[in-house]
Amino acid sequence: MVNKGSAATSSSTDEFIKGLWRDNPVFVQVLGMCPVLAVTNSGINALAMGLATLFVLVLSNALVSMLRHFIPRQVRIATFILIIATFVTVVDYLIQAISLDLHRALGAFISLIVVNCLILGRAEAFACKNSVGRSILDGLGMGVGFTFALLCLGGVREILGNGSLFGVALFPAGFQPWIVMILPSGGFFTLGLWLLLFNYLKGRRQARQTLAQEVGV
Amino acid sequence: MQTASHSSAPPRPASWPMYRALVGVGVACGLLIVSVYVLTLPVIARNEAEALQRAVLQVLPGAVAKASFVFAADGTFHPAGGAGTGGEMVHAGYDAAGQLVGVAVEGQGMGYQDVIRILYGYAPQQQVIVGMQVLASKETPGLGDKIEKDAAFLANFQSLDVRLAADGENLQHTIEAVKQGTKTAPWQIDGITGATISSKAIASILRQGSAQWVPRLHARQADLVSAGGPDGE
Repeated sequence: MVNKGSAATSSSTDEFIKGLWRDNPVFVQVLGMCPVLAVTNSGINALAMGLATLFVLVLSNALVSMLRHFIPRQVRIATFILIIATFVTVVDYLIQAISLDLHRALGAFISLIVVNCLILGRAEAFACKNSVGRSILDGLGMGVGFTFALLCLGGVREILGNGSLFGVALFPAGFQPWIVMILPSGGFFTLGLWLLLFNYLKGRRQARQTLAQEVGV
Repeated sequence: MQTASHSSAPPRPASWPMYRALVGVGVACGLLIVSVYVLTLPVIARNEAEALQRAVLQVLPGAVAKASFVFAADGTFHPAGGAGTGGEMVHAGYDAAGQLVGVAVEGQGMGYQDVIRILYGYAPQQQVIVGMQVLASKETPGLGDKIEKDAAFLANFQSLDVRLAADGENLQHTIEAVKQGTKTAPWQIDGITGATISSKAIASILRQGSAQWVPRLHARQADLVSAGGPDGE
């Protein structure tokens, strides 16, 4: 939960930056694992899923924030879900209009953005307590952070599992792709490795801060 | 969080704001969805038509235009788009001179993960299948999805024998899938190692489809040659 006092003092850029790295929705909060594991078998799918989520997140955050004085507490979750589902349906039609192939590749996962706990989580924890501007920045930051994380997984999985990145072949013809990387198990492996890296970096940063404090004392 | 009140039952919240919020947001969301649907509908329909056109021209090498026909209950083919047309549809492809190159037919069947939908081209003059394209499949990436990309597998469908037997009702040879590298006859499909189920599924779709459509198309070829001109570029 975001503390109201600290939210008021933190700068607008902070609202944006926190989702990118410090509170990254995938690597730090470990939210929305279903699309993270399921649609990151290629870079382009990861990018499209990330952008679709970003779009829904920003718009639902904005609308929830706009209506925050209008929605009674008792029915807030139902209203948030309604708003999120509406934007997901809009995205679904827009993707169909942009590219049928892309729509086919993302399959059922577009509809499943509705139940991505990241989006409901941001509406509940942030947008319904903060101004529209801040909520949009929060949505943008979280959405970009989510897209970045999806790309990290999708990139690694496509390079190793298919020998290409965004459909462009990277290795000579002799390369034997690691099929396992584009199968579901590859998603778990890659996610595990990324989480390992993030935890290692976090641990190092904390150790450095402790050291700096001790030296300072 | 709200602190527990002193009375045994908390006061009932007013219901009007709740109705107002739910109905208001619901109506607004409904309107938004309907407007986006109406706005994107023509674009989506155009995308689908373009995708179909591309697929038809791809499975019928040499074709530059297509016309769609509906197989009516009386056993004849009518140009699609007219009033009261319902039934299975086929797409005839014509070359630059307006000559019938072949007919593209859709088929579907169960693959390894889910239903596979394909489009295949049948050339009535030579009585062979001249092309196949997967329209939709959820086969395993890297294994089953080779049925869409594997050049050696797709080469099976450049000239797959579906000649009719003398009775005009059945095929001379039924299409069969064989192990990779063991194809000996023009009606056999060289399978893919690692995608056995998916490649057999394609063979099965083609086997059923050709048994159903080849006799019909052969008997009523004239409907497709004479009936009108092609409807597209």
